[in-house]
Amino acid sequence: MKKILQGNEAIARGAWEAGVTVACAYPGTPSSEILAEIAQYKEITSQWSPNEKVAVEVASGAAFAGARSIACMKHVGLNVASDPFMTLAYTGIKGGFVIVVADDPNVHSSQNEQDSRNWARFAKVPMLEPGDAQECKDFTKIAFEISERFDTPVLLKGETRVSHSDSLVELGERQAAPVPLGLDPKQATKYVMVPANVRVRRKIIEERMRNLEAYADEFPYNVMEINDPRVGVISAGAAYMYTREVFPKYSYLKLGMVWPLPKKLLAKFFKKVQKVIVVEELDPFLETEIKALGYKVFHGKDLIPNMYELSPEIVESSLKGKAYKGPKIREKLDDLPKRPPNLCPGCSHRALFYSLKKLGTFVFGDIGCYTLAAGPPLQALHSCICMGGGVGQAYGAGKAFGQEGLGKMCAVIGDSTFLHGGIGPVMDTVYNKGYSTTIILDNRITGMTGLQEHAGTGYTLRGEPANMVNYEELVKALGVKNVRKVDPYNVAQTMETIKEELNRDEASVIITENGPCMLHRREKRKFQFPYYTIDTDVCRGCKACLEIGCPAISWVEKEGATKDGKKRKGTVSINRLQCPGCGLCAQICKFEAILPGQA
Amino acid sequence: MENNRVTNILLSGVGGQGAILASNILAHVFVDAGYDVKKSEVHGMAQRGGDVTTHFRFGKKVYSPLIKYGDVDYLLAFELLEALRYINYCKDGAKIVINDQKILPPGVNLGLAAYPENIAAVFKKHFKKNVHLVEGQKIALGLGNAQAANVVLVGAFANFFPEIKDKMWSNALTDLLPKKILELNVRAFEEGRRSFNGNSP
Repeated sequence: MKKILQGNEAIARGAWEAGVTVACAYPGTPSSEILAEIAQYKEITSQWSPNEKVAVEVASGAAFAGARSIACMKHVGLNVASDPFMTLAYTGIKGGFVIVVADDPNVHSSQNEQDSRNWARFAKVPMLEPGDAQECKDFTKIAFEISERFDTPVLLKGETRVSHSDSLVELGERQAAPVPLGLDPKQATKYVMVPANVRVRRKIIEERMRNLEAYADEFPYNVMEINDPRVGVISAGAAYMYTREVFPKYSYLKLGMVWPLPKKLLAKFFKKVQKVIVVEELDPFLETEIKALGYKVFHGKDLIPNMYELSPEIVESSLKGKAYKGPKIREKLDDLPKRPPNLCPGCSHRALFYSLKKLGTFVFGDIGCYTLAAGPPLQALHSCICMGGGVGQAYGAGKAFGQEGLGKMCAVIGDSTFLHGGIGPVMDTVYNKGYSTTIILDNRITGMTGLQEHAGTGYTLRGEPANMVNYEELVKALGVKNVRKVDPYNVAQTMETIKEELNRDEASVIITENGPCMLHRREKRKFQFPYYTIDTDVCRGCKACLEIGCPAISWVEKEGATKDGKKRKGTVSINRLQCPGCGLCAQICKFEAILPGQA
Repeated sequence: MENNRVTNILLSGVGGQGAILASNILAHVFVDAGYDVKKSEVHGMAQRGGDVTTHFRFGKKVYSPLIKYGDVDYLLAFELLEALRYINYCKDGAKIVINDQKILPPGVNLGLAAYPENIAAVFKKHFKKNVHLVEGQKIALGLGNAQAANVVLVGAFANFFPEIKDKMWSNALTDLLPKKILELNVRAFEEGRRSFNGNSP
């Protein structure tokens, strides 16, 4: 039976068909849907982990016990998980173990643009790269076979245009995992990575790579298609799909396994075609390796861009050069208003960042919906490096300034992000006598990636009630003496609390309360009024309320005057359908022109 | 339809307008009709009010998940500005359905940018009778739920594909929509389909 599936759904299906019993992930675009899909299969124990490192540790523990297991993450997630990952390449596994790593070329929703293929070469493990949903399913299944046959973790590379594309998939049945469960305490030389054992395993890795290279030549998804022998393209994944589409007459070597490379197959392909072009997204990974084998690559990154994502027209125009004729431009669209993502109407982050903006604080931030506060009109977040990064940075900046810096900076971090990577730097701030203030923006869910549960929400991935981390007790146990709670929607009180803590020469933590994500299904903030409205008799058109960038508030340009004769250039208007009644704008208005509406 | 020719449909709109359901309906229908189908969308931050596009392609065998710039055969736009943004993606003679709705982007809300005027007229200048403006919001509200505007638009769009049997559309709606709102959406689809000729220039 064929069904249309998203790439991520197909990976989940592949894991289920392969007999996987343990699956872990930390959400991250474009990988988040894999675990949400896996959660529907009752045969698989699936869970959100606090971060990618823990996900890899949990899943690899299951693999050591003999289970087939999978850990899923976005490209930067593997940076976090790289510590266990790099050494798991030494120990190998027992049950099949696959790490899905989903790249984000063109940075649709990430803090950098990485080519994860480099991890495969770096760690000396195989990597498979599917190009559509059917391949996502097939490659996931065969990845487990490779993992067990060669005793190695296997990387499966996703990317936006594969992970988030839907296409037809032939469904199969679930098979039982072939390795029996059991832990063998006598295998210390394999599993205990102390120097003497590491040196033994180091040699085994090299043997394994040689065996994998030989296997690559027979890997069923490394496919040669000889058409016109004058031009042969070597490509993989989405890049292959684009190239195959715009140059259907060329010959192709489509690599399903991008590491290690199939040496004999490459030799065969170079014999069959006259000129070889390598088309790949991001780094010249294949090109460099193929050149290192002594082959002449006619074109590669000299024409194909090494940044952002490829597309059919980019591949076509790059390879055709001056011969490429683009479509005609009917309308010049350079000045079209952009439509960037925005904090939702009523979002508690907007209120909190308005307070920070008014205080003029330098805000070290990190990754979540709240990173949107960096953009206009709020512009109240001033750094974003990695999950948890802002906490350590604020502390470090304080160390640079000494007493001079008191009151001038703070860190913000989301609830999910705090559990991911914020605990360590808060502990460090106390231990090493820093004074920075960390504001935990607790919206009760992992917001930006689409509302995933975490250890602080009280529910598991599958919606079962679970322990709920108490942030206040947690940071107190780390040694933070000054722990405050604020209602972010009360601007005056929030500003006062932040100001006090910012000026305190000691580590402090502020936790926002009763500000759940506006899209949260389970938790809703009850606002006092159903919506707010503009009193156009009074509105002076000062635009102060526009400073918060609420999508429900818009400017209506129309010269006129207030009822008492004050001239104005226009008024604002509140869209009643969008306004949830959070009341932030009413607190900002100096003229009492924003009034509560009645149901 | 030519043999092995791939048809390209671009759906554009604003996060929260239901473009993904619309593309799922199209996928269901064209798979049912025996085609290979690929569709691709950027999720990421779409639900925070950003612009959303879905590339939808069907044919005998589809390789690329993305439509080549300038190769769009059909544009289904859920919002006027988001239609205009993709006017240069369309082929000459492309067929176009646009929801007659403005959703102001942040720059316009703040009074820093102007919402482009006469978008429908611009489309009609280039695509003449192939442009169909549909009052999706108004029709859906008339049925009792503005949320069904996306299905109204799909209903209008269905007129471009007379070879697709009615049963395939209704099967898609039945399979993809929760029972509670199915009847409303079936009516939304039918109203959308009827709206088309009345609006045709």
